[in-house]
Amino acid sequence: MLNFINALPGAVSQGLIWGIMAIGVYITYKLLDIADLTVDGSFCTGAAAFVMLFTNGVNLWIAMLAALGVGMLAGLSTGILHTFCGIPAILSGILTQLGLWSINLAIMDMKSTVAINVTNNELLDKLLVSLRFVQDVAKGVRPFYQHPILVVGVFTVVLIAILYWFFGTELGCALRATGSNQNMARAQGINTDFTKILGLMLSNGLVALSGALLAQFQSASEINMGRGAIVIGLAAVIIGDVLLGKIFHNFALKLLAVSIGAILYYVVIQAVLAMGLNANYLKLLSALVVAVFLSIPYWKGKYIRVSVKTGGARNA
Amino acid sequence: MLEIKEIWKTFNPGTVNEKQALRGLNLTLKDGDFCTVIGGNGAGKSTMLNAVAGTWMVDSGSISIDGADMTHLPEYKRAPYIGRVFQDPMLGTAPSMQIVENLALAARRGQRRGLGWGVRKDEKSQYQEMLKRLDLGLENRLTSKVGLLSGGQRQALTLLMASLRRPKLLLLDEHTAALDPKTAAKVLDLSDRIVAESKLTTLMVTHNMKDAIAHGNRLIMMYDGRIVIDVSGEEKKKLTVPQLLELFSKVSGSDEADDKLLLS
Repeated sequence: MLNFINALPGAVSQGLIWGIMAIGVYITYKLLDIADLTVDGSFCTGAAAFVMLFTNGVNLWIAMLAALGVGMLAGLSTGILHTFCGIPAILSGILTQLGLWSINLAIMDMKSTVAINVTNNELLDKLLVSLRFVQDVAKGVRPFYQHPILVVGVFTVVLIAILYWFFGTELGCALRATGSNQNMARAQGINTDFTKILGLMLSNGLVALSGALLAQFQSASEINMGRGAIVIGLAAVIIGDVLLGKIFHNFALKLLAVSIGAILYYVVIQAVLAMGLNANYLKLLSALVVAVFLSIPYWKGKYIRVSVKTGGARNA
Repeated sequence: MLEIKEIWKTFNPGTVNEKQALRGLNLTLKDGDFCTVIGGNGAGKSTMLNAVAGTWMVDSGSISIDGADMTHLPEYKRAPYIGRVFQDPMLGTAPSMQIVENLALAARRGQRRGLGWGVRKDEKSQYQEMLKRLDLGLENRLTSKVGLLSGGQRQALTLLMASLRRPKLLLLDEHTAALDPKTAAKVLDLSDRIVAESKLTTLMVTHNMKDAIAHGNRLIMMYDGRIVIDVSGEEKKKLTVPQLLELFSKVSGSDEADDKLLLS
C-alpha cells in the first residue's frame, strides 16, 4: 500500500503525458471515425527525434517542435496512403507504423535505447519534466512549480484550449463534418481527402509530442515505447467517455475527460502492479480492459433493444 | 443552364454484374426550369443525378452548368454550383453536429474554409429566423444534435441547407420517398416554396407519377439509361397518369413495364 501511495504522483504524471497521446487518438477515433494505428510508431518517432536533438545540444523547445513535426509527417504518410492510394485506413496506419520502426531505429543511430544523461545536472535542469523532479519537489530541492503534474497539467490545458479554438473554426468544423458524414461534407464542398490528412497529421503530431514528453520523463527514448499506444489511447478515450460522458458535453471538457481517463488508467495499472502482478502481463490486461469497454455499447444495443422499440412505438 | 451531352456510364464493366446505367443521355435545362424525373427501377434516374453531382466520373460525354465544364471536376468542386437532397435522410446532414453548425457548414458551401469562426454570432439569429419558417419547432433547438431529429425534420433541414447559398442547380433525389405520407407532403410543399422563392433550376426525381405531374414545369421519363419522354409547358399541365402510362408503353414497346412503373 505504501509503495502504491509513493508511486502515485509518478503514475499521475505519466498518465497526464499519455493523456496528450490519447487526445491525439480521440481526434482520429472519435472525430474522424478512423482507427489510426500509426500512433504505435509515431509515439516513438517523437521521442527519438527529441532525444537525439536534445542530447546533441539543441534547445528543448525546438527539439519538442521537431518531435511535433516528425509526428505530423508520419500522419501525412498514413493520410496519403489512405486517400491518394486508396488503402483502407487501418491498413494504411499499420503500414506506416511498420515502416516507422526502421525509421525510429535510424533516427536513434540504430540503437534500441538512447538515454538522456540525467546525472549531468546541467542537462537535467534544462528538461521540462522528469521523474526525478517528482522526488526533488517532495524533498524540497526544487520549487513546487517544477512538479511534473503541474507542468504537464498546464501543458495539457494549453493544448486543449488550442484544440477547442481550432475545432470551432471553419476548417475545424469541416474536419468534424468529414468524420460525421463524408457524403454531406463533400456535398458542402469540403475536400474530404484534405481534411482526413489534416486530422491524421494533427493527431500524430500530438502523439509524437507526448512521446517527446515521456522520453524526458523517463530520461530515455526506447524503440518499444510506443508498442500498444493505440490501446492505451483507446482505453483513455473510453474510460473518460464512460465515466464523464454524461456530465461533460462541452468539447473542451470532453478532451479533458480523455486526459482524466489516461490518468485513471495509469493509477489502476500502478495499483495492479502494487498488488504484485508481473509487469509482463500488463499488455494482456490493457487489451482485456479495452475489449470489455468496447463491447459494452454493443451488448447494450443488443439486449436492451426490446424496451427501446416499445418506447419508440409509444412515442410514434 | 444545365447541359448534359451524350453521357455514358457502365458499372462493373467486364464482370457478370456489368450494368449500362446511362446510355448516351442528353438533357438541357433552361434557367429556372423545375423538371421532374420519373422512371422504373434501374432506369437511371438517380444515376443521372449522381453523374451531375460528381459522385463518380462518367465514362464519356460532358456535363456543364452555366457554361462551366463539370465533367472532370470532383464532387466537392462542383458543390458551389449544386445543392442536393438525398433519398436517405441520414445522408444530407452531419448527425453528431448541432443544427446551427450544419447550417453554418452549408452557408459556406464552395467557399474557402479558413481559421475564422465556424459559426459567427450574427449567423445564429439569421438561422433561427429561417428555421421558424419551416414551422417544425426547430428554431428553439439550434444547439441540438441533428442526430436527434426525425427523418422529416432532417430532410427539411437538408432542403434549407441546400438552398442557403443559392445554388445554380438543385438536385432532389426522391427526397420524400423515405418519409410517411403526411411528412412527405409537407417536405414536398416546402420544396415547392423554396424553388419558387429563389427561382431555382431544379431536377427532382420521384417515384410518384401524380407528384411528377403536379410539380414543376417540365417532366421527363427515363427508360434504360435514356430519356424517352419529355413534356413541358401546357402539354404537361394537361397530362394525366393514364396518359403518361400509355405514352410510356408506346415508347418502351412493352406493357410489362407499366406494372413495374406503377408498383415501384
